[in-house]
Amino acid sequence: MTEPVIDVRGITKAFGGLVASDDITLDLKPGEIHALIGPNGAGKSTLIAQIAGALRPDRGQVWLTGQDVTALDTPARARRGLGRTFQISSLAMDYTVLQNAMIGALGRRGDVMRFLRPVMRDTALREAAETALDQVGLSEFRALRTAELSHGQRRQLELAVALTLNPRAFVMDEPMAGLGAEGSKRLITFLSELRARTPILLVEHDMDAVFALADRISVLVGGRIIATGPVSEIRANEEVRSAYLGQEDVQP
Amino acid sequence: MLNAALLLGLLAIPLWAWIVDEPFTITLVTRAVILAIAGVGLNVALGLGGLVSLGHAAFFGLGGYAMGILAYHAQTYTPLIEVPFLIEGTKSMPVIWLVAIAVSALAALAIGALSLRTTGVYFIMITLAFGQMFYYFAISWPAYGGEDGLSIYVRNGVAGLNMMDPLTFFAICYALLLLVLFIVSRLAASPFGLMLGAARQNPARVEAVGQGPYRLYLTAFVISGAITGLAGALFADLNRFVSPVMLSWQTSGEIMVFVILGGVGRVFGPVAGAALFIALEHWLGGLSDYWHIYLGAILLGVVLFARGGIYGLIAGRGVAHD
Repeated sequence: MTEPVIDVRGITKAFGGLVASDDITLDLKPGEIHALIGPNGAGKSTLIAQIAGALRPDRGQVWLTGQDVTALDTPARARRGLGRTFQISSLAMDYTVLQNAMIGALGRRGDVMRFLRPVMRDTALREAAETALDQVGLSEFRALRTAELSHGQRRQLELAVALTLNPRAFVMDEPMAGLGAEGSKRLITFLSELRARTPILLVEHDMDAVFALADRISVLVGGRIIATGPVSEIRANEEVRSAYLGQEDVQP
Repeated sequence: MLNAALLLGLLAIPLWAWIVDEPFTITLVTRAVILAIAGVGLNVALGLGGLVSLGHAAFFGLGGYAMGILAYHAQTYTPLIEVPFLIEGTKSMPVIWLVAIAVSALAALAIGALSLRTTGVYFIMITLAFGQMFYYFAISWPAYGGEDGLSIYVRNGVAGLNMMDPLTFFAICYALLLLVLFIVSRLAASPFGLMLGAARQNPARVEAVGQGPYRLYLTAFVISGAITGLAGALFADLNRFVSPVMLSWQTSGEIMVFVILGGVGRVFGPVAGAALFIALEHWLGGLSDYWHIYLGAILLGVVLFARGGIYGLIAGRGVAHD
Protein backbone atom coordinates (compact mmCIF):
# COMPACT_ATOMS: atom_id res chain seq x y z
CA MET A 1 0.00 0.00 0.00
CA THR A 2 1.29 3.42 -0.90
CA GLU A 3 0.92 6.05 1.76
CA PRO A 4 -1.98 8.42 1.18
CA VAL A 5 -1.15 12.05 0.38
CA ILE A 6 -4.24 13.35 2.12
CA ASP A 7 -5.61 11.27 4.95
CA VAL A 8 -8.76 12.36 6.73
CA ARG A 9 -9.23 10.32 9.90
CA GLY A 10 -12.62 10.31 11.49
CA ILE A 11 -13.29 14.03 11.54
CA THR A 12 -16.47 15.35 13.10
CA LYS A 13 -17.66 18.93 13.00
CA ALA A 14 -20.91 20.23 14.41
CA PHE A 15 -22.46 23.68 14.21
CA GLY A 16 -24.86 23.80 17.13
CA GLY A 17 -27.18 20.85 16.57
CA LEU A 18 -26.21 20.37 12.94
CA VAL A 19 -23.55 17.73 12.40
CA ALA A 20 -21.93 18.89 9.16
CA SER A 21 -19.18 16.27 9.23
CA ASP A 22 -20.03 13.00 10.90
CA ASP A 23 -17.00 10.80 11.50
CA ILE A 24 -15.63 11.21 7.99
CA THR A 25 -12.73 9.07 6.89
CA LEU A 26 -11.33 9.62 3.43
CA ASP A 27 -7.98 9.44 1.70
CA LEU A 28 -6.25 10.50 -1.48
CA LYS A 29 -3.58 8.21 -2.87
CA PRO A 30 -0.74 9.15 -5.21
CA GLY A 31 -1.72 9.14 -8.87
CA GLU A 32 -5.47 9.15 -8.41
CA ILE A 33 -8.41 11.44 -8.79
CA HIS A 34 -10.76 10.93 -5.90
CA ALA A 35 -14.11 12.58 -6.52
CA LEU A 36 -16.31 13.76 -3.69
CA ILE A 37 -19.96 14.06 -4.65
CA GLY A 38 -23.10 14.76 -2.75
CA PRO A 39 -26.25 16.84 -2.88
CA ASN A 40 -26.26 20.50 -1.83
CA GLY A 41 -25.97 20.83 1.92
CA ALA A 42 -24.28 17.44 2.30
CA GLY A 43 -21.29 19.07 4.01
CA LYS A 44 -18.78 19.10 1.13
CA SER A 45 -17.71 22.68 1.74
CA THR A 46 -17.31 22.06 5.48
CA LEU A 47 -15.16 19.04 4.75
CA ILE A 48 -13.00 20.96 2.26
CA ALA A 49 -12.59 23.80 4.76
CA GLN A 50 -11.31 21.33 7.35
CA ILE A 51 -8.87 19.76 4.93
CA ALA A 52 -7.59 23.16 3.76
CA GLY A 53 -7.29 24.51 7.31
CA ALA A 54 -9.98 27.18 7.39
CA LEU A 55 -11.99 25.15 9.93
CA ARG A 56 -10.77 23.05 12.85
CA PRO A 57 -12.58 19.72 13.33
CA ASP A 58 -14.17 18.94 16.70
CA ARG A 59 -12.74 15.44 16.58
CA GLY A 60 -10.44 13.50 14.31
CA GLN A 61 -7.32 14.38 12.35
CA VAL A 62 -6.17 15.56 8.96
CA TRP A 63 -2.87 14.12 7.72
CA LEU A 64 -0.90 15.53 4.82
CA THR A 65 1.98 13.57 3.29
CA GLY A 66 2.43 11.52 6.43
CA GLN A 67 2.19 14.36 8.93
CA ASP A 68 -0.61 15.37 11.25
CA VAL A 69 -1.58 18.88 10.16
CA THR A 70 -4.79 19.16 12.19
CA ALA A 71 -3.38 21.98 14.31
CA LEU A 72 -1.88 23.94 11.40
CA ASP A 73 -3.53 26.94 9.75
CA THR A 74 -4.21 27.43 6.04
CA PRO A 75 -0.87 29.04 5.08
CA ALA A 76 1.10 26.32 6.87
CA ARG A 77 -0.84 23.58 5.08
CA ALA A 78 -0.35 25.35 1.75
CA ARG A 79 3.40 25.44 2.39
CA ARG A 80 3.31 21.71 3.10
CA GLY A 81 1.95 21.09 -0.36
CA LEU A 82 -1.80 21.52 -0.35
CA GLY A 83 -2.96 23.32 -3.50
CA ARG A 84 -6.51 24.49 -3.36
CA THR A 85 -8.96 26.02 -5.81
CA PHE A 86 -12.05 27.74 -4.51
CA GLN A 87 -15.65 27.12 -5.40
CA ILE A 88 -16.19 30.86 -5.71
CA SER A 89 -13.20 32.35 -7.49
CA SER A 90 -10.85 33.82 -4.95
CA LEU A 91 -8.54 36.06 -6.91
CA ALA A 92 -7.06 39.55 -6.69
CA MET A 93 -9.55 41.22 -9.02
CA ASP A 94 -7.61 44.47 -9.55
CA TYR A 95 -4.50 42.59 -10.59
CA THR A 96 -3.79 41.34 -14.06
CA VAL A 97 -4.02 37.66 -14.90
CA LEU A 98 -0.24 37.37 -14.85
CA GLN A 99 0.03 39.13 -11.48
CA ASN A 100 -2.40 36.64 -9.99
CA ALA A 101 -0.29 33.75 -11.22
CA MET A 102 2.79 35.54 -9.84
CA ILE A 103 1.16 35.59 -6.40
CA GLY A 104 1.16 31.80 -6.45
CA ALA A 105 4.74 31.52 -7.69
CA LEU A 106 5.92 34.07 -5.10
CA GLY A 107 3.97 32.41 -2.30
CA ARG A 108 5.59 29.12 -3.13
CA ARG A 109 9.11 30.55 -3.23
CA GLY A 110 8.37 32.31 0.04
CA ASP A 111 10.70 35.32 -0.14
CA VAL A 112 7.86 37.78 0.28
CA MET A 113 9.76 40.17 2.55
CA ARG A 114 11.74 41.80 -0.24
CA PHE A 115 11.01 45.44 -0.53
CA LEU A 116 12.98 47.08 -3.29
CA ARG A 117 13.40 44.66 -6.22
CA PRO A 118 10.78 44.92 -8.98
CA VAL A 119 8.82 41.67 -8.82
CA MET A 120 7.53 41.78 -12.38
CA ARG A 121 11.12 41.68 -13.65
CA ASP A 122 11.89 38.53 -11.67
CA THR A 123 12.37 36.13 -14.56
CA ALA A 124 12.19 32.94 -12.50
CA LEU A 125 8.84 33.91 -11.00
CA ARG A 126 7.54 35.13 -14.33
CA GLU A 127 8.44 31.92 -16.08
CA ALA A 128 6.72 29.85 -13.42
CA ALA A 129 3.62 32.02 -13.70
CA GLU A 130 3.58 32.03 -17.48
CA THR A 131 4.05 28.27 -17.67
CA ALA A 132 1.00 27.80 -15.47
CA LEU A 133 -1.06 30.24 -17.55
CA ASP A 134 0.03 28.41 -20.65
CA GLN A 135 -1.09 25.08 -19.18
CA VAL A 136 -4.62 26.32 -18.57
CA GLY A 137 -4.76 28.27 -21.83
CA LEU A 138 -4.80 31.79 -20.45
CA SER A 139 -1.49 33.06 -21.88
CA GLU A 140 -3.04 35.50 -24.32
CA PHE A 141 -5.04 37.14 -21.52
CA ARG A 142 -2.06 37.67 -19.23
CA ALA A 143 -2.16 41.49 -19.34
CA LEU A 144 -5.92 41.65 -18.81
CA ARG A 145 -7.36 42.76 -15.50
CA THR A 146 -8.79 39.77 -13.68
CA ALA A 147 -12.11 41.54 -13.11
CA GLU A 148 -12.56 41.60 -16.89
CA LEU A 149 -12.30 37.81 -17.23
CA SER A 150 -15.36 35.67 -17.82
CA HIS A 151 -16.54 33.35 -15.09
CA GLY A 152 -15.00 30.33 -16.80
CA GLN A 153 -11.68 32.11 -17.33
CA ARG A 154 -11.56 32.95 -13.65
CA ARG A 155 -11.92 29.25 -12.86
CA GLN A 156 -9.01 28.55 -15.17
CA LEU A 157 -6.95 31.23 -13.44
CA GLU A 158 -7.80 29.69 -10.06
CA LEU A 159 -6.31 26.48 -11.38
CA ALA A 160 -3.26 28.27 -12.80
CA VAL A 161 -2.49 29.85 -9.42
CA ALA A 162 -2.77 26.45 -7.75
CA LEU A 163 -0.44 24.99 -10.41
CA THR A 164 2.27 27.58 -9.66
CA LEU A 165 2.35 26.22 -6.11
CA ASN A 166 3.52 22.89 -7.51
CA PRO A 167 1.67 21.15 -4.67
CA ARG A 168 1.76 17.56 -3.43
CA ALA A 169 -2.02 17.31 -3.60
CA PHE A 170 -4.82 19.34 -5.14
CA VAL A 171 -8.17 20.01 -3.56
CA MET A 172 -10.42 21.40 -6.29
CA ASP A 173 -13.83 22.74 -5.48
CA GLU A 174 -16.00 22.59 -8.63
CA PRO A 175 -13.40 23.51 -11.23
CA MET A 176 -15.82 22.73 -14.08
CA ALA A 177 -18.46 25.25 -13.05
CA GLY A 178 -19.12 27.84 -15.74
CA LEU A 179 -16.66 26.41 -18.24
CA GLY A 180 -19.04 25.39 -21.03
CA ALA A 181 -18.80 22.19 -23.06
CA GLU A 182 -15.57 22.98 -24.88
CA GLY A 183 -13.81 24.25 -21.74
CA SER A 184 -14.93 21.25 -19.69
CA LYS A 185 -13.58 18.86 -22.30
CA ARG A 186 -10.21 20.61 -22.28
CA LEU A 187 -10.05 20.64 -18.50
CA ILE A 188 -10.97 16.94 -18.29
CA THR A 189 -8.07 16.10 -20.59
CA PHE A 190 -5.76 18.34 -18.57
CA LEU A 191 -6.74 16.98 -15.14
CA SER A 192 -6.54 13.45 -16.43
CA GLU A 193 -2.88 14.00 -17.30
CA LEU A 194 -2.20 16.01 -14.17
CA ARG A 195 -3.12 13.16 -11.80
CA ALA A 196 0.03 11.19 -12.61
CA ARG A 197 2.10 14.06 -11.22
CA THR A 198 -0.23 15.30 -8.48
CA PRO A 199 -3.30 13.52 -7.11
CA ILE A 200 -6.57 15.45 -6.98
CA LEU A 201 -9.40 15.47 -4.50
CA LEU A 202 -12.19 16.68 -6.76
CA VAL A 203 -15.48 18.12 -5.61
CA GLU A 204 -17.69 18.36 -8.66
CA HIS A 205 -21.33 18.57 -9.63
CA ASP A 206 -20.76 17.78 -13.30
CA MET A 207 -21.37 14.01 -13.27
CA ASP A 208 -20.04 13.49 -16.79
CA ALA A 209 -16.73 14.96 -15.66
CA VAL A 210 -16.75 12.91 -12.45
CA PHE A 211 -17.41 9.64 -14.26
CA ALA A 212 -14.84 10.47 -16.93
CA LEU A 213 -12.10 11.40 -14.47
CA ALA A 214 -12.51 9.69 -11.12
CA ASP A 215 -10.56 6.63 -10.06
CA ARG A 216 -12.64 6.49 -6.91
CA ILE A 217 -15.79 8.25 -5.79
CA SER A 218 -16.95 9.05 -2.28
CA VAL A 219 -20.55 9.98 -1.73
CA LEU A 220 -21.33 12.42 1.05
CA VAL A 221 -24.90 12.69 2.24
CA GLY A 222 -26.00 14.47 5.39
CA GLY A 223 -22.42 14.78 6.67
CA ARG A 224 -21.66 11.06 6.30
CA ILE A 225 -19.75 9.15 3.65
CA ILE A 226 -22.33 6.58 2.55
CA ALA A 227 -20.12 4.89 -0.03
CA THR A 228 -16.57 4.91 -1.36
CA GLY A 229 -15.36 2.93 -4.34
CA PRO A 230 -14.54 2.77 -8.04
CA VAL A 231 -16.89 4.44 -10.51
CA SER A 232 -18.68 1.24 -11.58
CA GLU A 233 -19.36 0.25 -8.00
CA ILE A 234 -20.79 3.65 -7.09
CA ARG A 235 -23.00 3.71 -10.18
CA ALA A 236 -24.38 0.33 -9.22
CA ASN A 237 -24.85 1.15 -5.54
CA GLU A 238 -28.54 1.17 -4.64
CA GLU A 239 -28.13 3.41 -1.62
CA VAL A 240 -26.26 6.01 -3.67
CA ARG A 241 -28.85 5.87 -6.43
CA SER A 242 -31.70 6.54 -4.08
CA ALA A 243 -29.86 9.13 -2.02
CA TYR A 244 -28.26 11.07 -4.78
CA LEU A 245 -28.03 9.93 -8.36
CA GLY A 246 -31.76 9.37 -8.63
CA GLN A 247 -32.49 12.97 -7.79
CA GLU A 248 -34.02 14.94 -10.58
CA ASP A 249 -31.55 17.84 -10.47
CA VAL A 250 -28.70 15.61 -11.54
CA GLN A 251 -28.09 14.32 -15.02
CA PRO A 252 -26.94 10.67 -14.92
CA MET B 1 4.47 62.29 -17.08
CA LEU B 2 1.93 63.48 -14.56
CA ASN B 3 4.31 62.58 -11.76
CA ALA B 4 7.06 64.70 -13.31
CA ALA B 5 4.69 67.62 -13.91
CA LEU B 6 3.50 67.48 -10.32
CA LEU B 7 7.01 67.41 -8.90
CA LEU B 8 8.23 70.14 -11.25
CA GLY B 9 5.28 72.30 -10.25
CA LEU B 10 6.12 71.86 -6.58
CA LEU B 11 9.69 72.84 -7.39
CA ALA B 12 8.90 75.77 -9.70
CA ILE B 13 6.53 77.65 -7.41
CA PRO B 14 9.03 78.17 -4.55
CA LEU B 15 11.77 79.09 -7.04
CA TRP B 16 9.51 81.69 -8.58
CA ALA B 17 8.51 82.90 -5.12
CA TRP B 18 12.18 83.18 -4.23
CA ILE B 19 12.88 85.32 -7.28
CA VAL B 20 9.98 87.69 -6.59
CA ASP B 21 10.80 87.53 -2.87
CA GLU B 22 7.60 86.00 -1.46
CA PRO B 23 8.82 83.84 1.43
CA PHE B 24 5.28 83.11 2.54
CA THR B 25 4.58 81.23 -0.68
CA ILE B 26 7.71 79.15 -0.17
CA THR B 27 6.54 78.24 3.31
CA LEU B 28 3.12 77.36 1.93
CA VAL B 29 4.60 74.95 -0.62
CA THR B 30 6.93 73.53 2.02
CA ARG B 31 3.85 72.79 4.10
CA ALA B 32 2.30 70.99 1.13
CA VAL B 33 5.49 68.99 0.60
CA ILE B 34 5.66 67.90 4.27
CA LEU B 35 1.98 66.97 4.36
CA ALA B 36 2.52 65.09 1.10
CA ILE B 37 5.15 62.96 2.88
CA ALA B 38 2.62 62.21 5.61
CA GLY B 39 0.05 61.29 2.96
CA VAL B 40 2.47 59.06 1.08
CA GLY B 41 3.16 57.36 4.40
CA LEU B 42 -0.51 56.78 5.20
CA ASN B 43 -1.04 55.55 1.66
CA VAL B 44 1.29 52.61 2.29
CA ALA B 45 -1.22 51.33 4.84
CA LEU B 46 -4.44 52.69 3.34
CA GLY B 47 -3.78 52.41 -0.37
CA LEU B 48 -1.43 49.46 -0.70
CA GLY B 49 -2.63 47.45 2.29
CA GLY B 50 -6.26 48.54 2.49
CA LEU B 51 -5.82 49.37 6.18
CA VAL B 52 -8.09 52.30 7.01
CA SER B 53 -6.18 53.82 9.89
CA LEU B 54 -7.75 56.76 11.67
CA GLY B 55 -4.85 56.93 14.09
CA HIS B 56 -1.98 58.14 11.96
CA ALA B 57 -1.95 61.43 13.84
CA ALA B 58 -0.24 59.40 16.59
CA PHE B 59 2.77 58.85 14.34
CA PHE B 60 2.67 62.38 12.93
CA GLY B 61 2.55 63.76 16.46
CA LEU B 62 5.21 61.41 17.79
CA GLY B 63 7.52 62.62 15.04
CA GLY B 64 6.64 66.17 16.02
CA TYR B 65 7.30 65.56 19.71
CA ALA B 66 10.52 63.71 18.92
CA MET B 67 11.70 66.93 17.33
CA GLY B 68 10.16 69.13 20.05
CA ILE B 69 11.56 67.24 23.00
CA LEU B 70 15.07 66.81 21.60
CA ALA B 71 15.30 70.46 20.54
CA TYR B 72 13.77 71.68 23.82
CA HIS B 73 16.47 69.95 25.84
CA ALA B 74 19.13 71.28 23.50
CA GLN B 75 17.92 74.88 23.76
CA THR B 76 17.54 74.74 27.55
CA TYR B 77 20.83 72.86 28.01
CA THR B 78 19.14 70.21 30.11
CA PRO B 79 19.77 66.51 29.60
CA LEU B 80 16.86 64.39 28.33
CA ILE B 81 17.69 61.64 30.82
CA GLU B 82 20.66 61.09 33.09
CA VAL B 83 19.91 57.61 34.39
CA PRO B 84 20.95 54.96 33.41
CA PHE B 85 23.02 56.88 30.91
CA LEU B 86 23.15 60.46 29.74
CA ILE B 87 21.10 61.45 26.71
CA GLU B 88 21.23 65.06 25.70
CA GLY B 89 18.94 66.98 23.42
CA THR B 90 20.01 67.78 19.89
CA LYS B 91 19.48 70.40 17.23
CA SER B 92 20.73 68.13 14.47
CA MET B 93 17.99 67.39 11.97
CA PRO B 94 19.28 64.01 10.73
CA VAL B 95 19.43 62.72 14.31
CA ILE B 96 15.93 64.05 14.96
CA TRP B 97 14.65 62.41 11.77
CA LEU B 98 16.11 59.06 12.76
CA VAL B 99 14.63 59.30 16.25
CA ALA B 100 11.25 60.32 14.82
CA ILE B 101 11.30 57.39 12.40
CA ALA B 102 12.38 54.91 15.07
CA VAL B 103 9.86 56.09 17.67
CA SER B 104 6.91 56.12 15.29
CA ALA B 105 7.90 52.77 13.80
CA LEU B 106 7.96 51.25 17.29
CA ALA B 107 4.61 52.81 18.12
CA ALA B 108 3.19 51.51 14.82
CA LEU B 109 4.51 48.05 15.65
CA ALA B 110 2.74 48.05 19.02
CA ILE B 111 -0.49 49.66 17.77
CA GLY B 112 -0.53 47.55 14.62
CA ALA B 113 0.14 44.29 16.43
CA LEU B 114 -2.99 44.83 18.50
CA SER B 115 -5.24 46.63 15.99
CA LEU B 116 -4.61 44.22 13.12
CA ARG B 117 -6.32 41.45 15.04
CA THR B 118 -9.49 43.22 13.98
CA THR B 119 -10.71 44.25 10.55
CA GLY B 120 -13.07 46.73 8.95
CA VAL B 121 -14.83 49.23 11.14
CA TYR B 122 -13.30 47.76 14.33
CA PHE B 123 -9.85 48.43 12.97
CA ILE B 124 -10.81 52.05 12.25
CA MET B 125 -12.16 52.44 15.78
CA ILE B 126 -9.16 50.86 17.50
CA THR B 127 -6.64 52.96 15.59
CA LEU B 128 -8.74 56.01 16.43
CA ALA B 129 -8.73 55.03 20.09
CA PHE B 130 -4.95 54.61 20.14
CA GLY B 131 -4.55 57.99 18.47
CA GLN B 132 -6.75 59.63 21.10
CA MET B 133 -4.73 57.97 23.86
CA PHE B 134 -1.61 59.74 22.64
CA TYR B 135 -3.55 62.98 22.27
CA TYR B 136 -4.85 63.03 25.82
CA PHE B 137 -1.52 61.90 27.18
CA ALA B 138 0.20 64.86 25.50
CA ILE B 139 -2.45 67.26 26.82
CA SER B 140 -2.09 66.08 30.39
CA TRP B 141 1.69 65.81 30.49
CA PRO B 142 2.96 69.18 31.73
CA ALA B 143 6.68 68.55 31.24
CA TYR B 144 6.50 69.50 27.56
CA GLY B 145 3.91 72.22 27.56
CA GLY B 146 0.79 70.14 27.91
CA GLU B 147 -2.08 71.69 26.05
CA ASP B 148 -0.05 74.80 25.16
CA GLY B 149 2.54 72.88 23.22
CA LEU B 150 6.22 73.47 22.93
CA SER B 151 7.96 76.30 21.08
CA ILE B 152 11.41 75.94 19.56
CA TYR B 153 13.19 79.21 18.89
CA VAL B 154 15.52 78.31 16.06
CA ARG B 155 14.93 75.71 13.38
CA ASN B 156 17.16 72.68 13.72
CA GLY B 157 20.13 72.33 11.45
CA VAL B 158 21.72 70.02 8.97
CA ALA B 159 25.32 70.23 7.79
CA GLY B 160 25.72 73.89 8.73
CA LEU B 161 23.01 75.12 6.33
CA ASN B 162 20.88 78.07 7.32
CA MET B 163 17.53 76.44 7.89
CA MET B 164 15.79 79.70 8.70
CA ASP B 165 16.13 80.49 5.01
CA PRO B 166 12.79 79.27 3.62
CA LEU B 167 14.23 78.04 0.35
CA THR B 168 16.91 75.94 2.04
CA PHE B 169 14.38 74.30 4.33
CA PHE B 170 12.09 73.74 1.37
CA ALA B 171 14.91 72.07 -0.57
CA ILE B 172 15.57 69.67 2.31
CA CYS B 173 11.89 68.75 2.61
CA TYR B 174 11.57 68.39 -1.15
CA ALA B 175 14.58 66.09 -1.30
CA LEU B 176 13.08 63.95 1.46
CA LEU B 177 9.77 63.79 -0.41
CA LEU B 178 11.62 62.57 -3.51
CA LEU B 179 13.43 59.96 -1.44
CA VAL B 180 10.22 58.76 0.19
CA LEU B 181 8.44 58.61 -3.18
CA PHE B 182 11.32 56.63 -4.63
CA ILE B 183 11.26 54.12 -1.76
CA VAL B 184 7.47 53.74 -1.79
CA SER B 185 7.26 53.27 -5.56
CA ARG B 186 9.93 50.58 -5.33
CA LEU B 187 8.01 49.06 -2.44
CA ALA B 188 4.76 49.01 -4.43
CA ALA B 189 6.43 47.14 -7.28
CA SER B 190 8.36 44.72 -5.04
CA PRO B 191 7.47 41.12 -4.11
CA PHE B 192 6.22 42.50 -0.79
CA GLY B 193 4.06 45.06 -2.61
CA LEU B 194 2.55 42.39 -4.86
CA MET B 195 1.63 40.16 -1.95
CA LEU B 196 0.40 43.06 0.19
CA GLY B 197 -1.89 44.17 -2.64
CA ALA B 198 -3.17 40.63 -2.92
CA ALA B 199 -3.85 40.57 0.82
CA ARG B 200 -5.78 43.83 0.45
CA GLN B 201 -7.94 42.43 -2.33
CA ASN B 202 -8.36 38.90 -1.07
CA PRO B 203 -6.76 37.62 2.15
CA ALA B 204 -7.98 34.07 1.47
CA ARG B 205 -5.96 34.01 -1.74
CA VAL B 206 -2.79 34.93 0.13
CA GLU B 207 -3.39 32.20 2.71
CA ALA B 208 -4.00 29.65 -0.03
CA VAL B 209 -0.55 30.34 -1.47
CA GLY B 210 1.05 29.79 1.93
CA GLN B 211 1.47 33.32 3.26
CA GLY B 212 0.00 35.01 6.33
CA PRO B 213 -1.77 38.32 5.66
CA TYR B 214 -1.17 39.55 9.24
CA ARG B 215 2.59 39.73 8.80
CA LEU B 216 2.18 41.68 5.56
CA TYR B 217 -0.31 44.12 7.08
CA LEU B 218 1.86 44.71 10.13
CA THR B 219 4.98 45.38 8.07
CA ALA B 220 3.07 47.85 5.89
CA PHE B 221 1.65 49.53 8.98
CA VAL B 222 5.12 49.98 10.51
CA ILE B 223 6.60 51.40 7.30
CA SER B 224 3.59 53.66 6.97
CA GLY B 225 3.91 54.91 10.55
CA ALA B 226 7.63 55.54 10.17
CA ILE B 227 7.17 57.73 7.08
CA THR B 228 4.35 59.66 8.72
CA GLY B 229 6.59 60.16 11.77
CA LEU B 230 9.31 61.66 9.60
CA ALA B 231 6.74 64.07 8.16
CA GLY B 232 5.71 64.98 11.70
CA ALA B 233 9.28 65.92 12.63
CA LEU B 234 9.56 68.13 9.54
CA PHE B 235 6.16 69.70 10.21
CA ALA B 236 7.17 70.62 13.75
CA ASP B 237 10.39 72.08 12.41
CA LEU B 238 8.48 74.10 9.83
CA ASN B 239 6.34 75.71 12.53
CA ARG B 240 9.05 75.62 15.20
CA PHE B 241 6.19 74.52 17.38
CA VAL B 242 4.61 71.25 18.41
CA SER B 243 1.33 70.84 20.24
CA PRO B 244 -1.24 68.11 20.93
CA VAL B 245 -3.16 69.32 17.86
CA MET B 246 -0.72 67.30 15.77
CA LEU B 247 -1.94 64.21 17.65
CA SER B 248 -5.65 64.96 17.33
CA TRP B 249 -7.97 62.82 15.26
CA GLN B 250 -8.65 65.78 12.98
CA THR B 251 -5.02 65.49 11.87
CA SER B 252 -5.58 61.80 11.06
CA GLY B 253 -8.62 62.83 9.07
CA GLU B 254 -6.73 65.51 7.16
CA ILE B 255 -3.96 63.12 6.17
CA MET B 256 -6.63 60.71 4.98
CA VAL B 257 -8.23 63.50 2.96
CA PHE B 258 -4.93 64.03 1.09
CA VAL B 259 -4.88 60.37 0.18
CA ILE B 260 -8.51 60.22 -0.92
CA LEU B 261 -8.36 63.52 -2.83
CA GLY B 262 -5.22 62.47 -4.64
CA GLY B 263 -6.09 58.86 -5.32
CA VAL B 264 -5.99 55.90 -2.97
CA GLY B 265 -3.27 53.40 -3.78
CA ARG B 266 -1.41 55.62 -6.22
CA VAL B 267 2.08 56.36 -5.02
CA PHE B 268 2.00 59.99 -6.19
CA GLY B 269 -1.67 60.49 -5.37
CA PRO B 270 -1.20 61.99 -1.89
CA VAL B 271 1.26 64.52 -3.32
CA ALA B 272 -1.46 65.85 -5.60
CA GLY B 273 -3.95 65.59 -2.75
CA ALA B 274 -1.81 67.54 -0.28
CA ALA B 275 -0.98 70.18 -2.89
CA LEU B 276 -4.66 70.61 -3.73
CA PHE B 277 -5.58 70.72 -0.05
CA ILE B 278 -3.10 73.47 0.70
CA ALA B 279 -4.14 75.42 -2.39
CA LEU B 280 -7.80 75.18 -1.38
CA GLU B 281 -6.99 76.08 2.21
CA HIS B 282 -5.12 79.14 0.96
CA TRP B 283 -7.58 80.39 -1.67
CA LEU B 284 -10.87 79.30 -0.18
CA GLY B 285 -9.66 80.13 3.31
CA GLY B 286 -9.12 83.67 2.03
CA LEU B 287 -12.71 83.83 0.80
CA SER B 288 -14.46 82.38 3.79
CA ASP B 289 -13.77 81.09 7.26
CA TYR B 290 -16.03 78.18 6.41
CA TRP B 291 -13.93 76.92 3.54
CA HIS B 292 -14.23 73.36 4.82
CA ILE B 293 -17.73 73.31 3.35
CA TYR B 294 -16.25 73.63 -0.13
CA LEU B 295 -13.58 71.09 0.68
CA GLY B 296 -16.32 68.74 1.81
CA ALA B 297 -18.20 69.22 -1.44
CA ILE B 298 -15.08 68.50 -3.48
CA LEU B 299 -14.31 65.45 -1.37
CA LEU B 300 -17.85 64.21 -1.88
CA GLY B 301 -17.48 64.71 -5.61
CA VAL B 302 -14.23 62.73 -5.65
CA VAL B 303 -15.65 59.86 -3.63
CA LEU B 304 -18.85 59.68 -5.70
CA PHE B 305 -17.56 60.30 -9.20
CA ALA B 306 -13.79 59.83 -9.26
CA ARG B 307 -12.84 56.87 -7.11
CA GLY B 308 -9.25 57.08 -8.29
CA GLY B 309 -9.03 60.64 -6.94
CA ILE B 310 -7.84 63.55 -9.06
CA TYR B 311 -4.89 61.41 -10.00
CA GLY B 312 -7.03 58.65 -11.38
CA LEU B 313 -9.18 61.23 -13.17
CA ILE B 314 -6.24 62.64 -15.08
CA ALA B 315 -3.97 59.65 -15.48
CA GLY B 316 -6.59 56.93 -15.97
CA ARG B 317 -5.91 53.38 -15.00
CA GLY B 318 -2.27 52.47 -14.95
CA VAL B 319 -0.81 49.50 -16.79
CA ALA B 320 0.91 47.06 -14.49
CA HIS B 321 3.12 45.37 -17.06
CA ASP B 322 3.30 44.63 -20.79
